[in-house]
Amino acid sequence: MIFLYVVLGILALLAVWIIAVFNRLIALRNRTDEAWSDIDVQLKRRHDLIPNLLETVKGYAAHEKEVFAQVTAARSAAMTAKSPEDLAAAENQLTGALKTLFAVAESYPDLKASQNFLRLQDELSDTENKIQAARRFYNGNVRDFNIRIEQFPSNVIANTMNFKKREFFEIENGEEREVPDVKF
Amino acid sequence: MYNQITSNKRKSVVLMAVFIAIILALGWVFGRYTGYGYGAVVFAAIISVIMSLVSYYSGDAVALSASGAKGPLKKEDNPYIYRMVENLAITSGLPMPKVYVINDDAPNAFATGRDPQHASVALTTGIINQLENEELEGVIAHELSHVKNYDIRFLTMVVVLVGIISVLSQWFFRGSLFGGGRRRDSEGGNAGGILAIVGILLIVLSPIIAELIKLAISRKREFLADADGALLTRYPEGLARALEKISAYSAPMKSANAGTAHLFISNPFGKKVAGLFSTHPPVEERIKILRGMA
Repeated sequence: MIFLYVVLGILALLAVWIIAVFNRLIALRNRTDEAWSDIDVQLKRRHDLIPNLLETVKGYAAHEKEVFAQVTAARSAAMTAKSPEDLAAAENQLTGALKTLFAVAESYPDLKASQNFLRLQDELSDTENKIQAARRFYNGNVRDFNIRIEQFPSNVIANTMNFKKREFFEIENGEEREVPDVKF
Repeated sequence: MYNQITSNKRKSVVLMAVFIAIILALGWVFGRYTGYGYGAVVFAAIISVIMSLVSYYSGDAVALSASGAKGPLKKEDNPYIYRMVENLAITSGLPMPKVYVINDDAPNAFATGRDPQHASVALTTGIINQLENEELEGVIAHELSHVKNYDIRFLTMVVVLVGIISVLSQWFFRGSLFGGGRRRDSEGGNAGGILAIVGILLIVLSPIIAELIKLAISRKREFLADADGALLTRYPEGLARALEKISAYSAPMKSANAGTAHLFISNPFGKKVAGLFSTHPPVEERIKILRGMA
């Protein structure tokens, strides 16, 4: 009889522990998803700025069609990418294209002096900073979630309940473009 | 981290309970001593509940106006500061707090509010002007860690509740001086004497209790917020240098106030009153720990 109670007690404790671990995993997963949506918000803002930027540059440098096509293509690729890995690749592509665009803009003094252009450039670099910030928050959450999934003993539950590890989101910092060339 | 949040929420409730108990006890002693009887207890009960609610819902407004903070800052007013706070809020996964500016040359900062959705960060003009980019980021990250850990809820409630206790004990002290004599004449005896002793004990103890509460709450919190802040910026050296600059500035803040001192990142009274009852751990120690992280 006592033996039965002991077994029942152990089973009850086990059940409580499983529920606790499961709830923790759910909380971490939801937090990670929420962090991902923060990145989405910032990326969307970046994508929304680009058409305006292109229009402004076109006003001063209409014949640089190649660069415009490159940026437009990179933008639509970035807007359709889904998984963090694809999206990161597409965003890096876009960052590269924008670098070319700003390099081209260097040779048009009127464009560089245009208020509208300066404002858009400022907005864009602000958005890129925010993407970096959101990315760090997301990666922090992914790290916590993945640690839970891999660590013993919670990994047993994570595997049986089919929790999948999340991918980190790694993109280049567009800010590198901002470093000015100092010449004397 | 999440334990710290639970602990802060629990402490806020305990603080409220202790506050109500102290006010009730003061009311009871006051009632017996002056002849108002249970009326004073009922009055104390009503006052203490109302004040607890005020401290929860408008403690931040009290703290902000007591320190002369202007705002909230709009993006156009100072995009540099606004964006810095915005980006760090995104990094820490917090909603954007309201930003206030205190017109004061002494470099200092604090955060207040009841939860991350109702949080404010206040910066002096001195700290904005004197610190470099990454130093100021370190300071703001430190303040946002207070927001995230719910330190702000507890500390803001302390501003109001402990403030009220010290004001009341002063009133009570006067009441016992002027109202007490009359009662002793008519009744005399032991009861009056015991009550007088309890009354005096309460008067003497309540400011000390208030000081001890502030003391117990602040030191560990500052270390934790330093560590969390450094994790946020990934650059502990920034906050370490900021603390060096802040502590090198010795003049006190214009609006320095004993009731709100424990909210600030560094003691607003300047260096001279450090010691036993200081609410902040020594800056040298904080800098040493931060340098050890890098």
